[in-house]
Amino acid sequence: MAHYPTRLKTRKTYSWVGRPLLDRKLHYQTYREMCVKTEGCSTEIHIQIGQFVLIEGDDDENPYVAKLLELFEDDSDPPHKKRARVQWFVRFCEVPACKRHLLGRKPGAQEIFWYDYPACDNNINAETIIGLVRVIPLAPKDVVPTNLKNEKTLFVKLSWNEKKFRPLSSELFAELNKPQESAAKCQKPVGAKSKSAESPSWTPAEHVAKRIESRHSASKSRQTPTHPLTPRARKRLELGSNPQMSQQTSCASLDSPGRMKRKVAFLEITSPSKRSQPDKLQTLSLALKAPEKTRETGLCYTEDDEASLKRCIILRTRIPASKTIDIKEERILTPIRGGQKSSVMPSVILKPENIKKRDAKETEAQNEATSTPRHIRRKSSVLSMSRIRQQLRFLGHSKSDQEEKEILPAAEISESSSDEEEASTPPLPRRTPRTVSRNLRSSLKSSLHTPTKMPKKSLKPKTPRCATPQIRSRSLAAQEPASVLEEARLRLHVSAIPESLPCREQEFQDIYNFVESKLLDRTGGCMYISGVPGTGKTATVHEVMRCLQQAAQAKDVPPFQYIEVNGMKLTEPHQVYVQILQKLTGQKATANHAAELLAKRFCTRGSPQETTVLLVDELDLLWTHKQDIMYNLFDWPTHKEARLVVLTIANTMDLPERIMLNRVSSRLGLTRMSFQPYTYSQLQQILRSRLKQLKAFEDDAIQLVARKVAALSGDARRCLDICRRATEICEFSQQKPDSPGLVTIAHSMEAVDEMFSSSYITAIKNSSVLEQSFLRAILAEFRRSGLEEATFQQIYSQHVALCRMEGLSYPTVSETMAVCSHLGSCRLLLVEPSRNDLLLRVRLNVSQDDVLYALKEE
Amino acid sequence: MSSRKSKSNSLIHAECLSQVQRILRERFCHQSPHSNLFGVQVQYKHLSELLKRTALHGESNSVLIIGPRGSGKTMLINHALKELMEIEEVSENVLQVHLNGLLQINDKIALKEITRQLNLENVVGDKVFGSFAENLSFLLEALKKGDRTSSCPVIFILDEFDLFAHHKNQTLLYNLFDISQSAQTPIAVIGLTCRLDILELLEKRVKSRFSHRQIHLMNSFGFPQYVKIFKEQLSLPAEFPDKLFAEKWNENVQYLSEDRSVQEVLQKHFNISKNLRSLHMLLMLTLNRVTASHPFMTAIDLMEASQLCSMDSKANIVHAFNLVLLKVLSLPFKVKKKFDALPLLPHWKSRSISLGNLSYNSNETFK
Repeated sequence: MAHYPTRLKTRKTYSWVGRPLLDRKLHYQTYREMCVKTEGCSTEIHIQIGQFVLIEGDDDENPYVAKLLELFEDDSDPPHKKRARVQWFVRFCEVPACKRHLLGRKPGAQEIFWYDYPACDNNINAETIIGLVRVIPLAPKDVVPTNLKNEKTLFVKLSWNEKKFRPLSSELFAELNKPQESAAKCQKPVGAKSKSAESPSWTPAEHVAKRIESRHSASKSRQTPTHPLTPRARKRLELGSNPQMSQQTSCASLDSPGRMKRKVAFLEITSPSKRSQPDKLQTLSLALKAPEKTRETGLCYTEDDEASLKRCIILRTRIPASKTIDIKEERILTPIRGGQKSSVMPSVILKPENIKKRDAKETEAQNEATSTPRHIRRKSSVLSMSRIRQQLRFLGHSKSDQEEKEILPAAEISESSSDEEEASTPPLPRRTPRTVSRNLRSSLKSSLHTPTKMPKKSLKPKTPRCATPQIRSRSLAAQEPASVLEEARLRLHVSAIPESLPCREQEFQDIYNFVESKLLDRTGGCMYISGVPGTGKTATVHEVMRCLQQAAQAKDVPPFQYIEVNGMKLTEPHQVYVQILQKLTGQKATANHAAELLAKRFCTRGSPQETTVLLVDELDLLWTHKQDIMYNLFDWPTHKEARLVVLTIANTMDLPERIMLNRVSSRLGLTRMSFQPYTYSQLQQILRSRLKQLKAFEDDAIQLVARKVAALSGDARRCLDICRRATEICEFSQQKPDSPGLVTIAHSMEAVDEMFSSSYITAIKNSSVLEQSFLRAILAEFRRSGLEEATFQQIYSQHVALCRMEGLSYPTVSETMAVCSHLGSCRLLLVEPSRNDLLLRVRLNVSQDDVLYALKEE
Repeated sequence: MSSRKSKSNSLIHAECLSQVQRILRERFCHQSPHSNLFGVQVQYKHLSELLKRTALHGESNSVLIIGPRGSGKTMLINHALKELMEIEEVSENVLQVHLNGLLQINDKIALKEITRQLNLENVVGDKVFGSFAENLSFLLEALKKGDRTSSCPVIFILDEFDLFAHHKNQTLLYNLFDISQSAQTPIAVIGLTCRLDILELLEKRVKSRFSHRQIHLMNSFGFPQYVKIFKEQLSLPAEFPDKLFAEKWNENVQYLSEDRSVQEVLQKHFNISKNLRSLHMLLMLTLNRVTASHPFMTAIDLMEASQLCSMDSKANIVHAFNLVLLKVLSLPFKVKKKFDALPLLPHWKSRSISLGNLSYNSNETFK
């Protein structure tokens, strides 16, 4: 891979060249040319519209390549920002690994691909531009030249739309050829000591080198230390939590490189060392293009017709590829836009209208790009240019900031919410803010997203990557229930999902309302649900989520992402971060790293995203000494931008008061719900609803079970299990297999007894004579001493006496010891370890009355 | 052959005897699933029906088999599994996972073992790769993917179930029971334990997920059945090659079981423990006394074996002591005479008395 020493480690200043043209309609100032001046050096690079530029990424060797379409000043916020609109190119190494095979040949070392992907954010910070590059388009017949001496020349032959490679269209080809000439005189030597007229294809790094050289020879006034940043340090910078993150409020995703760059500039590090970073690293940081705040303003040019014409051509070529997606997108978008587009029906038939409307919107969006600090551009910015221009003329003003913000998240949500859409939408790990990419988790799993993944995998033998967790399927189909009883048993199984949850209507409604209101308000919140096991907590929440997901599909509520974690299914409390992250984005990370990523995601502002509903089951297991997990879980929803709804489930009602610190329980809030144990009538209703139109049980049998369970625990699982067992007993007892079985009260009685009866008494009854007499000896000893505990020695003497009385043979100590340990292993007795020998202490694990009762029977 | 009849007779006897000993020892030592089920037919039916439903209908279940040691829990489950596997359509359809609480001492090891036995895809050779957390999520994911009708039922047999309840948070049990109570891969969780208070060991949410089916094995037979078991355990099978010898042997066994002294021995044994394993022990010792010159068991053999079984270990040690040691041993008695409060080891006392005059006399002579 070619080495591009492009990242300038010196401070650069960007200024406009020429006068700005204030577009009448656009409300922003456009320029034709930009001047990049490196501090401590007199050389300037002039970058004009239509030229190919290198754009700062995190990989020094492979900066991003793009064609400059537009330069403009974003003056909506006090700090003026230089923005640029670009057409991206991708390098082969930026193509997801899983799709590289689609090329079908080995790529040339300097081959790049026209990035024909409309969803990609093409509005960048102009100050991330590093320098110019020469891009030569090749006709489909041409062969990509290899082993060229000039490494600064790139070749484009194919376009890549995240699905396949296709040859460049002829217009595109012509259009790409054009700017080469105009770029010829882009660079002007300004300083007296610099060399004259450098070729446009030179990268700024070379300028730097030359600059340094020249300066070195001429004036040694200033030294530039060269500190190569190690790749590891860089990685940490990108991945680690960024303290300055929150300061850069303009966009959550655009932080670290900016900071890094600032840091780098501060250190005056110049020489980019040769480093071989994993390609994967790129993906993360591409989303992170920092807006550097500079205070300079320069001269400006107006956007001339030529540039827009070019854009028009470019965009037109893209339309066929993107049209279907656009329409779909439009369809999904409609309900969310509410007031604006309520008239648009979600149907393809209305396509023209849709497109037109969207065009209008599109232009608004573009207008707004100048006036809002947003970074995410509408993906639909790819419609035909002619229409856009037409609209431009008619549109008077842009919509308010707030409105735009409202729409944008929705647009993204809609993309991920529809499966179809997701399938058709390629991953955009690059060039888009992070928050977008996490929506596409399924596709991302295979793509190169996590920077830690690659080195880790290669280090140690891990689970085979392709391993799919699956139990092998059965060769013979499972038998379907043949009789009424079997059918009943199937329906009574706890796993059988009922159509409705009887007796939990109120709770269902409460939870539903809570989540729905949060979804509609686009806010976050916590809810704590408590109740003894088997009262339908998890089932109710699942049901709520099912209904809400249906509602989201029917577009009654905004789409949302639902994640479920269970404290019992974790090996360790901190693993919860890993699970959440994996379910949210498909990334794998260590617990600490995952916590950082999640905190970054939920706590930084300006990341428009869909609401996340997180169900935390068995909350009490997430307790740690510092309670940091609970704290985080309840703290995230309080952030405005997180839009996280946390539903927590635990068994104890007063868990917040009992185990949580004040700061944690205060964040949990007071939205609590308690599931009461089922009463007998409710249990009865549950059983009846399950056995609907199935005559398998006598009414009394159901009632008996319901009453028994309600009296003991109110656990619906128990109720269902007993009924299931009763059907089995019924099946055993009936001799003729053809007669229709009906579970009577006797059967359920037997089942209840089987499940609830204590086995101690039967165990004592069935124990051997010596064991029984030993138990008697214990009772006698207890009575004698008045204590509930005795040593083996004392009991032994009693035992010997008892045996003598009953005419049994003399029990040896070994035998008695064996008897004692046998009873101990059954836990009829509680005994100390037998190393204590004669002094081991013995207690009864059953009440004395029970023992007496059991022994008296004989 | 016929010319050397008298000589060959004993030879044949020796041959037969070695065969008899082989057969019987196998019976006593291995918990062979061939052995008959004594008084556990009901429980057996319950268990095998349950397994069949899991195998054929894909119904998830959980059950605990509870019974004191030696009551035939493992025998029962092995028997049921063997019978289940004999059904043709089941044998290639069911996966078995055997775990033992004494071997899988924590969830991490248990998970690896489960993954290995299920032969999931993260198993390479005999090793399971990945961290504990990865393994857990992998396994849960695997089990979650299945459903009632399409995936292969898995039968989990957890021996020494009570030890699993001591694992941290009871994660394994929770997850197994949770799967058995949800619409995932059909599994049957069968726990074997000797602790009667096993349900109290389970955490409440784990307990709620357990179906509360318990199969109790209590050795609920009486003495007549015990004698019958004794007879059955000693009798030679009909397919024994030497029919004549087998007949003779069985006759002898029948005679033995009716013998008064034998019954006394058995009664004594029965009183101590109803455990079939102790009976096997007794019979094994008796069997060892059978030689070519002494081809059939007698009551005396049995009595001597019984004596060997019920020997008091400490008394045996005292028996082997020499005079000096015995003297030292007797010192506490003398002390006791002075300070009555000192706790004494009663079996020493009793043993010393039963040792009779010998020790005391020798003590005195030693003096």
